Amino acid sequence: MTEAPTTPALGADADAVDRAGTAAVSCTDLVVRYGDRTAVDSVSFEARRGEVLCVLGPNGAGKTSTIECLEGYRRPVSGALRVLGLDPWADHAAVVGRIGVMLQRGGVYPMLAPRQALRLFAAYYPNPEDPEALVDLVRLRDVARTPWRHLSGGEQARLSLALALVGRPEVVFLDEPTAGVDPEGRLSVRDVIGHLREQGACVVLTTHEMAEAERVADRVLILHHGRIVAQGTPDALGDGTAGAPGEGQLEISFGAPADLDAGPLAAALGPGTTVVEEAPGRYRATRPGTAASDREIAAMAATVTTWLAERGVVLRDLRVGRSLEEAYLAVVGAQGAVGEETDTGVGREAWRGQPRTHAARRRGLRRARRGRGTDSARGAGRATGGGTGRTGRIRRSAR
Amino acid sequence: MSTLRPLVAQVRVETYMTLRRGETLLLTVGIPVAFLVFFSTSHVVTTGNEPAVSFFVPGILALAVMSTAMVSLGIATGFERGYGVLKRLGATPLGRPRLLGAKIITIFFVELFQAAVLVPVGYALGWIPGGDTPAASAGQALAAALLATAAFGGLGLLLAGVLRAEVNLAAANGLYLVLLLLGGMIVPLAKLPGALAAVARAFPAAALSDALHAALGTGTGVPTEAWIVLGAWAVGATAAAALTFRWE
Repeated sequence: MTEAPTTPALGADADAVDRAGTAAVSCTDLVVRYGDRTAVDSVSFEARRGEVLCVLGPNGAGKTSTIECLEGYRRPVSGALRVLGLDPWADHAAVVGRIGVMLQRGGVYPMLAPRQALRLFAAYYPNPEDPEALVDLVRLRDVARTPWRHLSGGEQARLSLALALVGRPEVVFLDEPTAGVDPEGRLSVRDVIGHLREQGACVVLTTHEMAEAERVADRVLILHHGRIVAQGTPDALGDGTAGAPGEGQLEISFGAPADLDAGPLAAALGPGTTVVEEAPGRYRATRPGTAASDREIAAMAATVTTWLAERGVVLRDLRVGRSLEEAYLAVVGAQGAVGEETDTGVGREAWRGQPRTHAARRRGLRRARRGRGTDSARGAGRATGGGTGRTGRIRRSAR
Repeated sequence: MSTLRPLVAQVRVETYMTLRRGETLLLTVGIPVAFLVFFSTSHVVTTGNEPAVSFFVPGILALAVMSTAMVSLGIATGFERGYGVLKRLGATPLGRPRLLGAKIITIFFVELFQAAVLVPVGYALGWIPGGDTPAASAGQALAAALLATAAFGGLGLLLAGVLRAEVNLAAANGLYLVLLLLGGMIVPLAKLPGALAAVARAFPAAALSDALHAALGTGTGVPTEAWIVLGAWAVGATAAAALTFRWE
């Protein structure tokens, strides 16, 4: 945020300090139904001031329904909701002045340019942010006079975000703030969210983009079929201590040239270890264990590094535990609705247990036939131990 | 906090948008002016008035009120809902009363603008207002226009509330055409078949043009029947709009 010309003091009132640490948003046993369909089924969570809570889940998981109840748009069937200590439905008039809202789509007069829209919204609030500072904050200076309908998707999203900040909100709800936003725009959105957190605001956002969630979230909550299936910090979800499948399992993933013969590596890593090439050049070593042990995982990482170095193979990256995306897919996949997640831009290669594409398979075979695999890719290429059912995906040398 | 500042800002923006939309200007100013000039000078429709412009100025003023209060308001509101604007405003301190208030004030501003264009054009075409007491005539015309604005505004919002934005667009334009022809605005009601004229008089378009013709044209008093029809529609249509209105 150093490039922002002003530093808006969002939600920085005196009693924010007194109440710091108490829940800015609390949701207890929330139930939302549409006709016979239960969209949100007994969901409970809290979010504090200065905290960024990210709600993840497939389409139809109940994310927007949950957020819209907290925003006061929907009256839940049952459940106790509190936003800044108030009931968002019954005390709607008192709540709206203290929250900022970014809808999933639209919400702006198509004829208005960013500056006009921000000035209009500024007039709604008693102590608004300076519209010009917000124009700069979300990097819309070049299009400040361009009507909304002529803005790109990313610019529209950033304007919606800026409009959520005009009233110096204490709680901000962002429904998919990075959908359709280009990488530079994402950087801007991320900056704004980080800035809100620094100012002590509570940010609740939904997203489909795990990389974004991993970067901005203090805590993550995964909804599926209207229920919370996992929650915790992104790291806790990744290392399996947040109740996700794979809990207690030692896991390392790394990038190296495709079609390595990983059998000897599995052997080097010790009994019970499985090494799988999940996608060309993406490997995962797992060993069942009762609890994640730092000493053991450190030893595994060292073995992988040494083993590759001894063979003159370049290690591109190495990750202990799972990324949020992997953890998410494991959780949601385990709930049996993998097919729902088709429009999120999640790379197919990352799916666990998903067969590689035919093209990739052909490529691998061709390469192997020509004998262009690395030295270690020759020989009996089956992973040892494990028995997770995915070992067949290690390439065999086809001679 | 001042309750006026959000209202003033909203009125300013609503007026800006209404007067900047080309299709709205065509509907609210372009068509009425073109009709006024064309029918007053072409003798396509014989009115029995002398000069013809004395019939068309009140009739076209009635058309102008209908264009703004029903068609322009209804279509714009329908699209604002479609774009999620109304929903978004629901999460601001603006509130519904001030939003609706701003829309009503904007309509009056646009109507004043329409009158400021149409009346001079009428004078230029040789219009001579009837009646011995211009102030009383203008007062009656204003009262009728206010009631009609409520009636038409209610109808426009009613359509916008129950129909999808695109369907609402078509319905509002269709209703506009029907009421234009049956409203005594360019075709005198006396020229319609008796039964049809009787039905037409039950609608606010004919009631408004009757009232304006009486106040501004002949100078006779506004018929009680017109006040009753306008009053009933003003109350009924706004109540129906309030009951059916959706913000999302």
